[in-house]
Amino acid sequence: MSEFVNGLLRLRRGPWEIVASILIAIGVVMLMQDVALWLYTYSFIVTLVGTVMFIVVSHFPE
Amino acid sequence: MLNTMTERVAKVTPLAAVRRIRGLSDRTIAWIFVAPTIFLLLAINIFPLVWTIRLSLTNYRANQPNRPLQWVGLDNYRRILNDSDIWNTMQVTAHFLIWTIVLQVLIGFTLAWLINRKFKGNDLWTTIIVLPMMLSPAVVGNFWTFFYQPQIGIFNYVVAFFAGADPSSFTMIGSVDLAPWSIVIVDTWMWTPFVMLICLAGLRSIPSYIYEAAAIDRASSWRQFWTITIPMVMPFLMLAVLFRGIENFKMFDLVVQLTGGGPGSTTELTSINLKREAFEKWRTGYASAYAIILFVTVFGLASIYVKALNKVKER
Repeated sequence: MSEFVNGLLRLRRGPWEIVASILIAIGVVMLMQDVALWLYTYSFIVTLVGTVMFIVVSHFPE
Repeated sequence: MLNTMTERVAKVTPLAAVRRIRGLSDRTIAWIFVAPTIFLLLAINIFPLVWTIRLSLTNYRANQPNRPLQWVGLDNYRRILNDSDIWNTMQVTAHFLIWTIVLQVLIGFTLAWLINRKFKGNDLWTTIIVLPMMLSPAVVGNFWTFFYQPQIGIFNYVVAFFAGADPSSFTMIGSVDLAPWSIVIVDTWMWTPFVMLICLAGLRSIPSYIYEAAAIDRASSWRQFWTITIPMVMPFLMLAVLFRGIENFKMFDLVVQLTGGGPGSTTELTSINLKREAFEKWRTGYASAYAIILFVTVFGLASIYVKALNKVKER
């Protein structure tokens, strides 16, 4: 866990890609769930942040 | 031969052009060769994307091109993301996506595993199994509407035969509960052979000596399956899921032909809904915002999926 946090603080690709992937996955689940409309409303912004983050952090060093 | 060809080309090249090319660096020549592709990519992919983003921020209607364009900011996005009908469409798409992928992977892999075993008529069976994939989706949609007919449809008769019910007691396309399953069944019937072919390629790429070594180590068939077959086929399976996932996310023709999105909107996938917004209601700006939302979703999913695929390949 501390290794993961260290990676985040030192701007390493691995942990940041995990964060971005989780955001995208949450966004897609929010988009397609049938529980609450507000989750659907905020799904796009979550997916967009995750996707942009994924593109940016894939240029971070390993 | 190559020398002769080179010499022949050199001979017919005008002297002025030769002098010009001699002055260029390798990098420049490489750029000259790549430039047409980059130009095409920009013209066909990037420009429409940028233009769609621009349109999504306006109230543009393609059927009224002379109407003054009004900048509406993020209003289209706000309206889409608060529209319960589109929310419902997303759920229909999710149901379709999840079930088609699960069924196609399970049945496709099982078929590939069976076909991979040497038996008489192996090639004939492979050809028969891949036939549905070669048909046009419009044709498949059309003849499955006949299969699903309550009075004359073969599907109802087969189900009724096994279930012991009256064939005309249920209707696949007309029922709110069964219609979403009817499109899942047809897509699975049509595209399982594709997954089977990819899995078959994976299974045939596993060298037999690995199984022989495992057999010498007295590993059971079950253990060989889980520790050799599945891990080595996994990249192929993931590739099949990626292809089918993206294809089914934009599924249109088959479903339009089969149910037209009905009854009500129970089988209205996002692509059908998007087409209605863009070319029936002519809300081009709104439809552009809708398309961008779908694009970001597919792009995000594909990014993490490709990363996962690379990780599996590295293992």
